[in-house]
Amino acid sequence: MPRRRLCFPRPLRPLLAVLGLALGMGGHALRGGEASVIIPAGDYRPITRATSDPEAIAVAAFLLDILPITNAEFLAFVTAHPQWRRSRVSPLFADETYLRHWTGDLDPGPAAPADAPVINISWFAARAYARAQTKRLPTLAEWELAAAAGYTTPVGRDEPAFKQDLYTWLSAPTPEVLPSVATARATLHGARGLHGLVWEWVDDFDTAMVTGESRADVATDQNLFCGGAAASATDPGDYAAFMRQALRSSLKARQGTSSLGFRCATDLPPPSDQP
Amino acid sequence: MKPAIPYPARLAGLLLASLALASSASAAEGYTPVVGRVQLPPDVVALPIEEAVLTAPPFVPPAITRRTPARVVVNLEVKEITARIADGTDYTFWTYGGTVPGSFIRIREGDVVEFHLNNHPSSKLPHNIDLHAVTGPGGGAASTFTAPGHSSQFTFKALNPGLYVYHCATAPVPMHIGNGMYGLILVEPKDGLPPADKEFYVMQGDFYANGPYAGGGLQTFDTPKSIDERPTYVLFNGAVGSLVGDKALTAEVGQNVRLFFGVGGPNLTSSFHVIGEIFDKVWLEGGNRLAQENVQTTMVPSGGSTIVDFKVDVPGTYVLVDHSLSRAFNKGAIGMLKVTGPEDRVIYSGKEVDAVYFGSSAEDGSAAAKRQAELEQEIAAEIKANPTIAGLTKEMQMAKGKQVYMQNCFACHLPSGEGMAGVFPPLAKSDYMMADRERSIRIVLKGMNGPVTVNGVEYNGVMPPQGDVLTEEQIADVLTYVTNNWGNSADAFTVDEVRKVKGE
Repeated sequence: MPRRRLCFPRPLRPLLAVLGLALGMGGHALRGGEASVIIPAGDYRPITRATSDPEAIAVAAFLLDILPITNAEFLAFVTAHPQWRRSRVSPLFADETYLRHWTGDLDPGPAAPADAPVINISWFAARAYARAQTKRLPTLAEWELAAAAGYTTPVGRDEPAFKQDLYTWLSAPTPEVLPSVATARATLHGARGLHGLVWEWVDDFDTAMVTGESRADVATDQNLFCGGAAASATDPGDYAAFMRQALRSSLKARQGTSSLGFRCATDLPPPSDQP
Repeated sequence: MKPAIPYPARLAGLLLASLALASSASAAEGYTPVVGRVQLPPDVVALPIEEAVLTAPPFVPPAITRRTPARVVVNLEVKEITARIADGTDYTFWTYGGTVPGSFIRIREGDVVEFHLNNHPSSKLPHNIDLHAVTGPGGGAASTFTAPGHSSQFTFKALNPGLYVYHCATAPVPMHIGNGMYGLILVEPKDGLPPADKEFYVMQGDFYANGPYAGGGLQTFDTPKSIDERPTYVLFNGAVGSLVGDKALTAEVGQNVRLFFGVGGPNLTSSFHVIGEIFDKVWLEGGNRLAQENVQTTMVPSGGSTIVDFKVDVPGTYVLVDHSLSRAFNKGAIGMLKVTGPEDRVIYSGKEVDAVYFGSSAEDGSAAAKRQAELEQEIAAEIKANPTIAGLTKEMQMAKGKQVYMQNCFACHLPSGEGMAGVFPPLAKSDYMMADRERSIRIVLKGMNGPVTVNGVEYNGVMPPQGDVLTEEQIADVLTYVTNNWGNSADAFTVDEVRKVKGE
């Protein structure tokens, strides 16, 4: 996709990445120790698909941040990368929702506690942050594969406790001040807060198939009657997946919301690199 | 009018680049493209502009008095809130305008409506709106798909008059509707509706909570219950008791009451009924033609509506129910209309008389009477043939009589036979009972009604007849028991004695 290449100005990477890394580690104890976990390879089954699409997408093992990015970490990033400060960010890459809960450019303020997940972040900004850490955003398939895990099993939606927590969160309005990322319970592979804190950007969020008219979400026929979204669904009972898909479909890359954050991912080194 | 763009050419170039970027992405994103403001023809531009009056249930905006179309601006806010669903129990509702059902919208046939859907920044999810009053794909759903903290606008012309449901159509739709995202929009016919003295707004919805009915604490949506259509609550206006007590609808005797009634669902059809009233007029399914008069219960489909009119003639409380009554009795589908004013006892008298009714014995010659006679003969034959029964001693009769007593008599006369002073006469040491054997048999067989003095205390109660309930043998047994217990002493009663009195 061409627009990924023209996303943002190339930063002075070597210098600033080192600076950002230093600030990030210094400013945030929560990410101390192992910052990411291995999500084992698996299959991601999209909730809706066109008949020509494959039923399952194979996902290679990858490294995923344990926690979503916090305000403190993002503060370190905008400190090191002035072009991503609220007052300076290009309107091409972030609309007026960008960091609007912060008090100032370098002052998160009372609505953005240091250890709470950062929100009101555009997709462009999330990608820039990841690149500055020499990481990337997880793909939709990677994120969904990681998020499918329950507290104790690989299939969370078969775990009553997991489902209860998930739907309680999905039903609740977003609090004015988000809780610390430390409040999130770890799921099977060790990642925390994939559910229960904020929605999260994925690299290819714009491939979600939901249109604004949920009942017409079938690639071959735009005119299905009420409930049509379910006609092409692999599991119409997986309401949580529908909600994530609807959320992603409602977004534009420039905009953020008060419940949308992100975390980073990294490729595992290829086997040939290992001794 | 849009102001001329004062930005420098450099910035304009950037904006163009941005637009190109957005359009290349839009097809893949599935994001509804923004197609720009509609160019209204001069005759529409010339119409007067007004902001729609929106009301929270159970209230309805005032009737439209103008007889010409207008451009109406509707501003509806989507907000996810926590509110009371039942005593001590909260629920996370998703709302249009902060209430369940959402704000009532009232426009006129021919109006051109500029609709703004504003999704509050605190919303967890994107939402949209499908107005059944809209002619066009999705009823506006695709054009109003709105991320949290954003606002969408579209325009429609109200071509068809009627009472229409609106609802959220974002996947998973049953959850959005199940959390309360529905309301009513009335498109008045060009000449208006007939006048009514009182107009109210009531909507039924089914709710699927992750806990029991009024289970306390905060409840949220339960997906499996929703899929299985096993609602925890079936509610009028989004809460148990939303139209009860000081929140009841009110009217005065002689007024013509109109209910704009809709069903949001997501699943259940309502058998809408007002206890003690007859709908004088029903605009069936919310259409604009008077479809029926004198209706007891009208069926309202999920995603449908009705308009009912009825004149209230006598004071009292009239109860709104879904006449699928487990929903009213167990799941909350109850509302009240309190009517005040003078009585009219010819139309409705109130309770005039309360009297005792003894029921009736089987009539002579009836099948039941014949069967009874057959059974009695069988019993007599059995007694004769069976030495155990034939040789029944007084003690055995008392033991059997005690069983009869403890099944039929003790509730009033108490196990101790002492009765209840002033209410139920005593049997223990009862001068009245012990004085006349035949009279005692008669009372058990045929009941008793009226004043009686027992051990010096006057009683004026009712004893129901047991002649249809107990066999002659059981009557003999129980009389033997009560006349030989609690300090009483008498000869055993025989079946022949009972039969003799019965034959009187």
